[in-house]
Order: sequence, then C-alpha cells, then structure tokens
Amino acid sequence: MQTFLEQLFIGLSLGSILLIVALGLTFTFGQMGVINMAHGELIMAGAYVPYVLQTKVGGALGGRAGLAFLAALPIGFAVAGALGLVMERTVLARMVDRPLDTLLVTFGISLMLQQAARDLFGASNVEVVAPSWLSGRWELLGVVMPHSRLFIIALVAVLVGLVSAFLSTRPEGRRMRAVMQNRDLAAISGLSTRRVDATTFFLGSGLAGVAGVAVTLIGSIGSQVGAGYIIDAFLVVIVGGLGKMRGTIIAAFGLGMLNAFSEYWTSASLGKAILFIAVIAFLQFRPNGLVSFQTRGLTG
Amino acid sequence: MSGLVVDDVRVAYGRTEVLFGVSLEVPDGSLVCVMGRNGVGKTTLLNTIAGLLKPQSGSVSFDGSSLAGVGAHQRARLGLGYVPQGHAVFPQLTTRENLQVVMERQGRRARAASLRQQDLDEVLDLFPALTTLMNRPAGLLSGGQAKQLAIARALVTGPRLLVLDEPTEGIQPSIIHEIEDTIAKLHAAIGMTILLVEQYVEFALRLADRYAVLDAGRVVSTGLTSEADPSAFAELMAV
Ligand SMILES: Nc1ncnc2c1ncn2[C@@H]1O[C@H](COP(=O)(O)OP(=O)(O)OP(=O)(O)O)[C@@H](O)[C@H]1O
Ligand SMILES: [Mg+2]
Repeated sequence: MQTFLEQLFIGLSLGSILLIVALGLTFTFGQMGVINMAHGELIMAGAYVPYVLQTKVGGALGGRAGLAFLAALPIGFAVAGALGLVMERTVLARMVDRPLDTLLVTFGISLMLQQAARDLFGASNVEVVAPSWLSGRWELLGVVMPHSRLFIIALVAVLVGLVSAFLSTRPEGRRMRAVMQNRDLAAISGLSTRRVDATTFFLGSGLAGVAGVAVTLIGSIGSQVGAGYIIDAFLVVIVGGLGKMRGTIIAAFGLGMLNAFSEYWTSASLGKAILFIAVIAFLQFRPNGLVSFQTRGLTG
Repeated sequence: MSGLVVDDVRVAYGRTEVLFGVSLEVPDGSLVCVMGRNGVGKTTLLNTIAGLLKPQSGSVSFDGSSLAGVGAHQRARLGLGYVPQGHAVFPQLTTRENLQVVMERQGRRARAASLRQQDLDEVLDLFPALTTLMNRPAGLLSGGQAKQLAIARALVTGPRLLVLDEPTEGIQPSIIHEIEDTIAKLHAAIGMTILLVEQYVEFALRLADRYAVLDAGRVVSTGLTSEADPSAFAELMAV
C-alpha cells in the first residue's frame, strides 16, 4: 500500500511536469500544424535561468538562492517565450501546416541550441540551489513527499488555472481558440492569424520555460535536460488529442502514473517500452486521442 | 469603379485548373448572384475573392484598389464580409463567443463598447432565434441555426460587401424564408452590396439584380434577372 501511494505521488509530480510541457506543444501543433522538436530546448533555456541568476547575478540578489529561484519563474517564462517567438517568426511562421518540414527544421534547431548551451555553460551538468524552504518533506500515511515536488504540483495547478482562465475569458484567449478551431474562418472574420500565432507560441514556449525552472528542483541540469521530457510530452499530446486542454490533462497524469508504476515494477528501459506499447494500443481504439474535434478549413 | 471587380482570374489547385479566366463585377449597391452546377468552381471563386486562395493570374479589386497581396484578414477589415458554405462557425465557442471574438478583434478596440453593443443588438434583431442560443457551443447548433449565426458573424463587423456561399443549402424552407427576408432587407433598407452564390434558382432570381452563370470554370451567361427566363437555367444547371 505504501509503495503504491509512493508511486502514485511520483506519477502525479511527473505528470504535472509533462502537462505543462505538453500544453505548449498541443497549442502550437493544434493551431499551426507545426511540430516543434525544439520545445525541449525551451525547457532547457528556462532551466538555466535560475542557474544564471544564482551564479552570475547572485550578488545583486544578496546571494539568496530562494529569491533567485522565485524570480526565475517569471523570467524563465519570458526568456523561453521570447526564444520561442523568435523561432516562430523566423522559421515556423513560413511553414504553417507542414508538420514534417517543421519536424526536421526544429530538430536541427534543437541540436544547435543544445550546442549553444554547452558552449555557454560547459558540457557537464550544473546544480541549481533549491530554496531552503523547499528542502523539507511531508510524511502522510508513511509516504514521503518532498516539498519541492509538492511545490511543482501546486505550481502546475496554478498555471493550468491561469491558462484556462486566459483562454476562456480574455479576448486574446478567445482568438487563440478561434484560430485553433478554424484557421480560415478566423482569417476571413478579420483575425490576424499571424498575430494570434505569435501569442500562442509565446505562451506555449513560456510554459516550457517555467517547466524548465521547476525541473531544476528535481535534479542537475545540462544541455539534455529538455530532451528527456520531450518524447513523453509528445506522447501526451497524441493521446490527449490535439489542441485539447482537458484531454491533455488526463493524458499527462495517465502517462505520468504509467511511467512511475512501470518503472517501479520493471526497469527504466522496460518501463519505457511498456509505455510505448500502451500508447500504441490506446491509439488503436482512439486514433484521434482522448478528446478530439474536427478542425475544418474552408479550402479543404 | 466602386464595388468588387474580378478580372480574368485563373485559379488552380496544384496542377488542376479550376477557374479559366473568370470576370465578374459587383457594383456598389447591387445584388449579384452567381449560379452553376456542383463543382464548377463557385466556392473557389469566392475563396479567391476572400483571399484564401491566390489566383495564378488576373486580379481582384475592391473600391478601385487591387487586393493583390492583401491577406484574408485585411480584406475582412476593408469591409468584405464572407459567409462560407456549410457549417461556418467556431464549433467549441458559444454563439456569443462566436460573435464576440469577431467584434473584439485587434485594431477595433478603440471603438466604444456601447457602440458595439448596438451593432450586436441590430444584428440579433435580424436573427431573434439566436438570442435564446447565446450560451450554446456553436458546434451543437442545427444547420439552420449555424447558418444564421454565420451570417450574423459576418454582419457584426459592419461589412460593405456581403458574400454568401449557398446560404440555403440543406436548410428547411421556413428558415430559407427568413434568410431570404434578411438578405432582401439588408439590400433594400441599407443598400448593402451583396454577392450571392446559389443553386436554388428561384430564390436567387427573386433576390438578385444581376446574375452570372458559371460552367466548367468560365462565365457562360450573364444578364439582368428581370430579363432572365428561369427555364433557361434548367439546362445550364443540370448535372
Ligand atoms: N482543396 C481542393 N483541392 C483540390 N481540388 C479542389 C479543392 N477544392 C475544390 N477542388 C475542386 O475544384 C473544383 C471546384 O470546386 P468548388 O468547391 O469551387 O465547386 P463549387 O462550384 O463550389 O461546388 P458546390 O456547388 O458543390 O459547392 C471541383 O472539381 C473540386 O473537386
Ligand atoms: Mg461550393
């Protein structure tokens, strides 16, 4: 029972990271039909933000690791958002609805960004100092829950709430949903799809940046930190249904749990294999994902 | 000339040519109807006018200026309101949101909120059925309701030219009647310029001042509806 609850907790915290990574992916894929393989490097960019704040400008923050970490959350959002926006403006905006082309191009970008990180920060992994108030742990029914992981779960819950409120109540959010649901109809209704794409990309990339800041609480970071999450995040997007928030949430936690339990019962690599088999089996029954709707164009 | 001018437009999907040099004029204040059998390229023509498709040659101009290089959303802002064929609504947005998202688009924020409410009220007056469906996702509306919403969506932007693609297709007679009344009202009362694509010949001839018949990617017949012989269309429209 106790190990079950322990794995449940690990699955929950893994699922919440996957969720925040996958949300950005599903928005950009659902809306623009582009596959951004460099999304993982936006996580990486976010992860290096608290590192830079702590090591390079640590003096300005009085050497306070906790303050630097908190400041990194909005700054990581902005840095990754801006990086994503540059990618969107320079490359992806020219490749709307060409998923395979974007897959290849962004794979190249992803490798370049990883190399850039190694040039800037060195080839070996670095540590971000966790705030002291996150170093404790809770024990409930014998399950050990580190504060850092609880913090991540709470952070993701807040972010998902904010994103969902943004989508349903803000004019910019409504425009995003409209473009996602029918791009041509949005254009002929006077919505600038280019501008909406930019908003979407900034938001999705920014979320990856925050995820990057969050994963520094779990372990050391390096140029590969994002690559470790990206495949699972793509699986979440596929299982959840493109551009769907509800499906993405269910799929993220489902895959997080599956990951945690299968790795516990077997080994890490066998666990991954089980995960893939489960996803493939699932797609036999629901090829469009958990939740799907038709996105229709007007010109076919 | 003010109004819409389509001049010798050629359009292809990849290598498949669909329009072989179509010319059409929709003068300010007129109501022009384009007819033609299934697959002759009516929707292709309208999508080209709206800026969703690029012609290989030829031009589209609106109020005297060429629309070459002008994107679909900019054409909408120039006053081109387009109601595409079929279920042309945002399915996961409610009826209200479908209208809201179009009214609050970028660049229109400066307009006073009260003025917008007035625009909305005016449009809803034309489609009273929508007022009870404001909170329903548009994907759940019936074909007739969705069509009314699509027309309302085009109207809330205050277009100077309204383009309608087969508004009666698959719609029950009573709603066709309402739509006919609405189009007639818009044309007569505020002199709105309208380009209507329709296969329902009697409906089209009752409404339009002028007609053009499209066949195999070309305009094969044009004229005044008052001088048209409805039976002559039977052959041109037969599949
Ligand atoms: N996206 C597309 N790709 C390739 N061919 C297309 C595409 N859209 C339309 N076509 C072809 O172009 C031709 C004209 O189609 P279009 O939709 O313009 O006809 P239409 O006159 O509007 O027909 P309908 O009365 O059925 O609406 C058809 O032969 C159709 O198969
Ligand atoms: Mg058509």
